[in-house]
Amino acid sequence: MPHDSTSSRRPGQAVFRRGMYVLWVAIRTEPLVFLVAVAGAGLHAAFSVGSASVMGGITDRVVLPAFEHGSTTAAALLAAGGLLLGVGLAKAVGLAFRRLFAGLMQFRMQARFRRSVARTYLRLPLSWHHRHATGQLLSNANADVEESWRPLAPLPMVIGSIAMLAIAAAAMVITDPVLALIGFVVFPVLALANVVFQRRVSPVATRAQALRAHVSEVAHESFDGALVVKSLGREDTETERFTEAAHRLRDAQIHVGRMRAVFDPVMENLPNFGILAVLLVGMWRLSTGAITPGDLVQVAYLFTLLTLPIRSFGWILGDLPRTVVAWNRVQAVLTAQGTMPYGDRRVPEGRGGLRLTAEGIGFSYEDGYTGGGRDLSDTEHTAAGHSTVLHDVGLDIAPGRTVALVGPTGAGKSTLTTVLMRLVDPDTGTVRLDGVDVRELAKGEIARAAALVPQSAFVFEDTVRGNITLGAGIDDAEVWAALRLACADSFVAALPEGLDTPLGERGTSLSGGQRQRLALARAVVRKPRLLILDDATSAVDPQVEAQILAGLRETDLAATVIVVAYRRATIELADEVVYLERGTVSDRGTHAELLERSPGYQRLVTAYERAAAERAARLEPGEGGPEPHGLRPSRPAAAGGAAQDTDQTRETVR
Amino acid sequence: MTAPAARPEHRASGAAPQEGSDAGGAGLQRSEDGAIATIRRGLRLSPEFARGLWLTLLLAVVATAGKVIVPIAIQQIIDRGLTTAGGRPDIDFAAAVVAVCAGTLAVTMVCAYLMNVRLYRATESALATLRRKAFRHVHDLSVLTQNSERKGALVARVTADVDQISTFMQWGGLQLIVSVGQLLVATVLMAVYSWELTLLVWVCFLPLLIGARWLQKRLSRAYLAVRERTGDMLGAIGETVMGASVIRAHSTEERTAQRVDTTVLATRTAQVKAQRLSMAVSPFAEMIAAVGNAAVVIAGVLLGIGGGITAGELVAFLFLMTLFVAPMMMATEIFNEAQNAIAGWRRVLGILDTVPDIADPGEAGVELPRGAVRVRFEDVSYAYPGGPTVLDAVDEEIAPGTRVAVVGETGSGKTTFVKLLTRLMDPVEGRVLIDGTDLRDVAFSSLRARMVMVPQEGFLFDSSLAANIRFARPEATDAELEAAIEELGLADWLGGLAHGLDTPVGQRGESLSAGERQLVALVRAYVADPDLLVLDEATSAVDPHTEVRIQRALDRLTHGRTSVAIAHRLSTAEAADEVLVFDGGRIVQRGTHGELASRPGVYADLYASWVRSSA
Repeated sequence: MPHDSTSSRRPGQAVFRRGMYVLWVAIRTEPLVFLVAVAGAGLHAAFSVGSASVMGGITDRVVLPAFEHGSTTAAALLAAGGLLLGVGLAKAVGLAFRRLFAGLMQFRMQARFRRSVARTYLRLPLSWHHRHATGQLLSNANADVEESWRPLAPLPMVIGSIAMLAIAAAAMVITDPVLALIGFVVFPVLALANVVFQRRVSPVATRAQALRAHVSEVAHESFDGALVVKSLGREDTETERFTEAAHRLRDAQIHVGRMRAVFDPVMENLPNFGILAVLLVGMWRLSTGAITPGDLVQVAYLFTLLTLPIRSFGWILGDLPRTVVAWNRVQAVLTAQGTMPYGDRRVPEGRGGLRLTAEGIGFSYEDGYTGGGRDLSDTEHTAAGHSTVLHDVGLDIAPGRTVALVGPTGAGKSTLTTVLMRLVDPDTGTVRLDGVDVRELAKGEIARAAALVPQSAFVFEDTVRGNITLGAGIDDAEVWAALRLACADSFVAALPEGLDTPLGERGTSLSGGQRQRLALARAVVRKPRLLILDDATSAVDPQVEAQILAGLRETDLAATVIVVAYRRATIELADEVVYLERGTVSDRGTHAELLERSPGYQRLVTAYERAAAERAARLEPGEGGPEPHGLRPSRPAAAGGAAQDTDQTRETVR
Repeated sequence: MTAPAARPEHRASGAAPQEGSDAGGAGLQRSEDGAIATIRRGLRLSPEFARGLWLTLLLAVVATAGKVIVPIAIQQIIDRGLTTAGGRPDIDFAAAVVAVCAGTLAVTMVCAYLMNVRLYRATESALATLRRKAFRHVHDLSVLTQNSERKGALVARVTADVDQISTFMQWGGLQLIVSVGQLLVATVLMAVYSWELTLLVWVCFLPLLIGARWLQKRLSRAYLAVRERTGDMLGAIGETVMGASVIRAHSTEERTAQRVDTTVLATRTAQVKAQRLSMAVSPFAEMIAAVGNAAVVIAGVLLGIGGGITAGELVAFLFLMTLFVAPMMMATEIFNEAQNAIAGWRRVLGILDTVPDIADPGEAGVELPRGAVRVRFEDVSYAYPGGPTVLDAVDEEIAPGTRVAVVGETGSGKTTFVKLLTRLMDPVEGRVLIDGTDLRDVAFSSLRARMVMVPQEGFLFDSSLAANIRFARPEATDAELEAAIEELGLADWLGGLAHGLDTPVGQRGESLSAGERQLVALVRAYVADPDLLVLDEATSAVDPHTEVRIQRALDRLTHGRTSVAIAHRLSTAEAADEVLVFDGGRIVQRGTHGELASRPGVYADLYASWVRSSA
């Protein structure tokens, strides 16, 4: 995603222009704050130059006469002291306003853009999210926004410095054009050295930054895999790998240091050489009577004052390339196209399950889908670079029915669930809920009527209650009921603060199975009329899973349920099985029917048994005990039989 | 006037110093040393810091002395060059002064260069050493200690915490040296001119220095608030990305947006508050400088009339006072960074202070001969620190070449059993013996060579398939790797991968499916060729195809070796030579699957419920 508009023929200039534009955006957005900051900077700058004149004036009119005549007046002393104090006060006020408002501007812009970026993430369709890596998007909202507005902090100072230079130049010319000439040589040279330094150090510093990130990555990975490192005894090689990264960072840092070591003394002492030149030339000017000693002091003092402002240009120039890159990234997000249009229809009122129909569904992933690592990472997409396609998928599920969606890896099961929930729109075909095309439904309607529980459950940085209600007004009794249904009530009750226990990164961490049960409770608490479970109980113990599924069938929910499953027990709980192969419905019917007539289905669901049988054949025969599991004849799996099974399971578990 | 990289405006802009989490973690030592003791120990740990430090400091003194050359030149010229006997400025004298001063300046510049280079080289080398030591130590800690702190915090010990020291050394520390030197040199020269005025200047600036320390304490609290709010904010924004589908599925966009808004505004408020504190110093310093200037001019003139000071000295005094302002303005930032650096150092030392509770006997350790392993648990008990007993007087023996399955419900002690067997932990009571030798006496190198554990989650490094398998035995050739895959019956799987052995596995192996990761972990274990294999069966369901492959690979992997597998699926127990059934921290049943399943008991119950749920 990193767009770089710097690929023009003169990259430096392009970056500068683009950088100025970014600054202009900030000024346009926060004109008032900017003006106050600049006014403060101007005040500070003007009185800084003023302080040099005051120094010169006091030298000429108070100090030298007093030393010459051996006497002075109280009025002269008070005037000198008062002037110095007044100038100091003005400088302090200017400085305070400049820094306060410069910071305010920076923080406001950061906050504004972080909100915009987050809202854009919420607005863009899921298909857009699938095309972008999680880490990238997080860094867009964090580091890139921060980088974009970094130059705002020194910006008013730089503008103040320009004013200061102008005023100082005028003051010097008025004082003595010949001495001013020295300034006109020294300060441009200083500015040039500054630019050269920033140009040269910036790539090296960027490299050091990248190496710093690399050190962190190596450490992260190595500690994450600590168990593997330990169990294979590879601590030495891991330390070697890390040390190598650390040494490369060290060398880059020393390189940066060496550049600083050259430039810093030069930058610091150029004005000093200027002052020495001023002293020498000034003596000659004094001897011709062109200037007074006070003039000399004033010009020398100005030289010491201007050093820092000149350097401030370097800060901004040094930041600009990174600012531009970061800004381009942020813009790429903010201008991303794609919304999901909604209609205004509602799901027909009523109780009980919804009828779900789908006709001619076709879907293909665009290139660049990033696969794993996000909450919808179904196994279909994790193999690098292969994209799943659905074609001509049709479904008709009667209200209240439970349907198992079965198929080998890559068949498109998870993709189909996201299409049914309208998390993504298919390329072709229509999905209907109780006869209404989902694209005609108003925003939020599908969520009101249907719920999807994905395989990897997402836990919000919130309390248990917040994670279940998601802000909806649901009372605790209902929350507990949902937790019970999801077999999550006992572990939640055991948490230190029950429903109020904070979860997420900074709170209690849950196991995979617990997270899945929480996500399930989140879905059922909404009393959905269509419930889609995308392998949503894979990390739950088989016994508990059976209990959950049986519970679901028994509640007064009466929802239509679609279950993506691998486990045979889960499949057998369904009224009907839809067998998906290579993106299309290959067959549908009861488990028993499919077992009989669909070779693919048969291969899939009996894979475990065949493996066990293979093994059993290798085992010594006649060991006694019951028949090995794989050789047991498969049982009839009619809906009734399955229900009976579940009852038994519930009894044994309880 | 200001020294390297002095960017107060930047530094105070809410770019709050990065910080590695403060979370101490139960198992990790926290260094309680005071600041001075921490620094002293830190310096001892990385000898590069102190090597040649005296020369660096000497160079720093000379470089700093350069700051007073200009005021001296001004004083000399005003006092002795302005008027000669003839009443005309003495240009020759001025030229001589300027020439000498310019020469001296050039010398100080060279010293500044050398000092900087030496400082960077010394600190970066020292910190690289510190990183390496801390990194190695983390790996030497036991699994128990590693888990007691979040992994992210451990990473921070070798990254952010060390970076903090580095930042301080190269900015704050340098500033500290330069500032102290600057104040010292200026004070000495001022005192030469007039001790009365010097006293006056110090009286003006001292309150600022004290105030800076006070302010810094409040400032570090304010920065802490910024970090916390920023963490909340990043968490909330992260949810819009990582929870994208859940948010859409439950249509909670508006609520999420509001949560983001709240945290973004809280962050902004905290930033503004911190900035208000951090910027307060500069205007105060300006004001105090103005008061000092006024006081010096008035007192100086009065003093001068009495002959106590010359005009040139007074003017030089005013120039020297500018040397006071910069250190004062930066004092809070310097204090703040110093505090962060010491805190960082303390955390790194805390890691190094944590004694690995599973220690390698090293040289003194026993080297075990190769061959199938006999395992013996002798009255072994275990309890986690401060917890109840999870393994209670287990006394069992596993014969060489036996394939053992360990079963039991969650919390029954089966995982603890395996951790003790692999010496990820040591028993509280009793001994674990392999081939008659106490595990604690076996050299790690020998132990790791003979025993390999395959954890539940097949962790892979972000590299190629080959590199990940080779992790077990770096010298293995591609042909050997392919042979290993072939022998495990996985040739068809490898053939199905577009890039074969060169297939990149992605971060943490995420380009592969969970099942494929498990396959790689098995091949890795096979290549390591251990005599004792310990397996923790993966719990999450993989597709049946991969499941079968895993099963096939497992059968071949365990063939002819002693193996102990935690069985989550009882099909694994069916295939084992023997089953150990755990319940309440004890082994309650032992036998073949056939024997156990036909007898009433824990195993029969487990088996019955498993059969119902999986068939």
